[in-house]
Amino acid sequence: MVGTLDQIFVTLKHWLVDFVPGQYQSVFSALLSVAAIVLTFATLFALTTLLERKGLGRIQNRYGPNRVGPYGLLQPIADGLKALTKEDVIPHTADKVVHFIAPLVLVVPVFLALAVVPVGRNMTALDMDAGVLFFFAAGAATELSVFMAGWSSRNKYSLLGAMRAIAQMISYEVPLILSAVTVIMAAGSLSAVKIVEAQAGYCGIVPRWYVLTPWGLAGFLLFMVAATAESNRSPFDLPESESELVAGYYTEYSGFKFALFFLGEYLGLFAVSGLGITLFLGGWHAPLAALGWVPSWFWFFTKLLALIAVFIWVRGTLPRLRMDQLMGLAWKFMVPMALVNIIVAGLWRFMSAGLARWAICFGLVAAAYWLLGRSLAGGKQLAKRVYRYAD
Amino acid sequence: MTPLALYLLFSALLFSIGLAGALARRNAIIVLIGIELMLNAANLNFIAFWRYGPNPQALTGVMFVIFSIGVAAAEAAVGLALIISIYRHYRTTNLDQMDSMKG
Amino acid sequence: MTASFAIIAALTLASAVAAMSLRNLVHCVLMLMVTFAGLAVLYLQLGAQFVGFAQILIYIGAVAILIVFAILLTRGSEPPRQSIFSATWVVGVGIAVTVFGLLSAMILSSRAVTREMRPLPEATVRQIGEQLMNKYVLPLEVIGLLLTAALIGAVIIAMHEKEGK
Repeated sequence: MVGTLDQIFVTLKHWLVDFVPGQYQSVFSALLSVAAIVLTFATLFALTTLLERKGLGRIQNRYGPNRVGPYGLLQPIADGLKALTKEDVIPHTADKVVHFIAPLVLVVPVFLALAVVPVGRNMTALDMDAGVLFFFAAGAATELSVFMAGWSSRNKYSLLGAMRAIAQMISYEVPLILSAVTVIMAAGSLSAVKIVEAQAGYCGIVPRWYVLTPWGLAGFLLFMVAATAESNRSPFDLPESESELVAGYYTEYSGFKFALFFLGEYLGLFAVSGLGITLFLGGWHAPLAALGWVPSWFWFFTKLLALIAVFIWVRGTLPRLRMDQLMGLAWKFMVPMALVNIIVAGLWRFMSAGLARWAICFGLVAAAYWLLGRSLAGGKQLAKRVYRYAD
Repeated sequence: MTPLALYLLFSALLFSIGLAGALARRNAIIVLIGIELMLNAANLNFIAFWRYGPNPQALTGVMFVIFSIGVAAAEAAVGLALIISIYRHYRTTNLDQMDSMKG
Repeated sequence: MTASFAIIAALTLASAVAAMSLRNLVHCVLMLMVTFAGLAVLYLQLGAQFVGFAQILIYIGAVAILIVFAILLTRGSEPPRQSIFSATWVVGVGIAVTVFGLLSAMILSSRAVTREMRPLPEATVRQIGEQLMNKYVLPLEVIGLLLTAALIGAVIIAMHEKEGK
């Protein structure tokens, strides 16, 4: 019973594919996987836009949207209708072809990247030998669309936003990939499916996820911070800061193209969260051995929603970083931290299990964090907070 | 024509296009783009010979291309830094106007 | 000649020609990115998965963006006032045509290209890693040094000179 619920989508797909004559079966199976990915993540996108607005509203002590439907649940439909029917305004001197293609160049690589993430047991659309490398290659292609959008609008603000966004994205790609390298070293494979399988099993009651090791915890935190910066989300959203640059590199986009940029940004968030779950949080494995009867895809989406909630929480809480603070954080703190993390992961692999291994590895990571943090702060101390109340 | 001959002809054509661009354009950056095209054509040659040649288990073609991509990236970085530095002095990237060491 | 090879080869060659002949420099770089993507697809067709993805990651994700930054920093995005071709472009194109003629004559008359078909070889990441660590460990270290030197050199060359030098 539990096995069938776990594999229900796989058996559904096999049953559907059997309707088609033999020679077309591989094509039809691929089309079904594509349709499943698009439908699932587009629905999740709609849900996330609503969750974000309500979550941010509550953090800011107000209701989010609550007019359309009960508790505002039909708000994404209203947003979609608005985006579809809005007039598509293009600047007169804009580069028409590049302006048109830029949203597509954002969305297509992100869907490709989503295809390598293992959503459940036997539920990976593309099981490739170099899956994680394919993911990062698709992520690199999204920077191209940022530049195309900013440059083709012939708008100084758009171009400035695009340059800032590209500089930020290529700077944060380095700690992102370096923190993934520690997991690849530990699992011994670039295939996402094998990395999830390497995190199976439980020692006692605790699962063998990589986040529960010192280097894994540091790597996970680095990965999440770099992922926030890669998706241009607050506190790293200077390229699209609504209070400074109008809308940054997509100032001149309206209607459906703007909705496509929005879709691409959120899907990028899902993709990189999905990869973080695959690399560090054990993929579709249950957190306790006793809960193994719950379907694997349920665990994956639960973890994904938890990470999305953390992203929304961070957006509502932390102030924006300035450009030089942002770049300083990437190059002066995160890259050395990621390199130390790789050394610690190697030490962990070659020392025998026990308290000594935990103490040395944790000590190295904590020492590196403290030293790098001191050097980045540049000797400045935080002043004691003083409250003045109005009488 | 065997597939290997097709791939080699294709890469020869790509190399000649890159060479033509590098020799015929004024802007220094386009010359660098032409050089990158030539390097890519040579990489394709290596992979084609690895696929269709004897002893593909030695992975020689693939290893060479990996190192070639790395070296090409380094060369592009240094070349572009040079072009930016020259632009600061001459205020132009037009190669025909950079003739102070001529004759 | 399979249909997929024909289509991808035609697309790649067309974008390469466009990259070399367009007026607007940023369009040239965008066409170059299409060329790189076409080449990556060809690598995947030839069975070199790792190289194909590395091509996309490094060339499209880094080298092309570097070229874009250089174009924007050297005011190349404004339309050029003079002709885009240099004074001696005829000689250049002639040399390129001669080179292509020589190469294709050599290819077509060679015995090496008439070998029999082979099955698709395997180049898993594990095999590449083993080769890198056993046979090619010296080139690996040297390329690490090379990339470090290129990084430092590029930063120093392109840095703003201090006043009063």
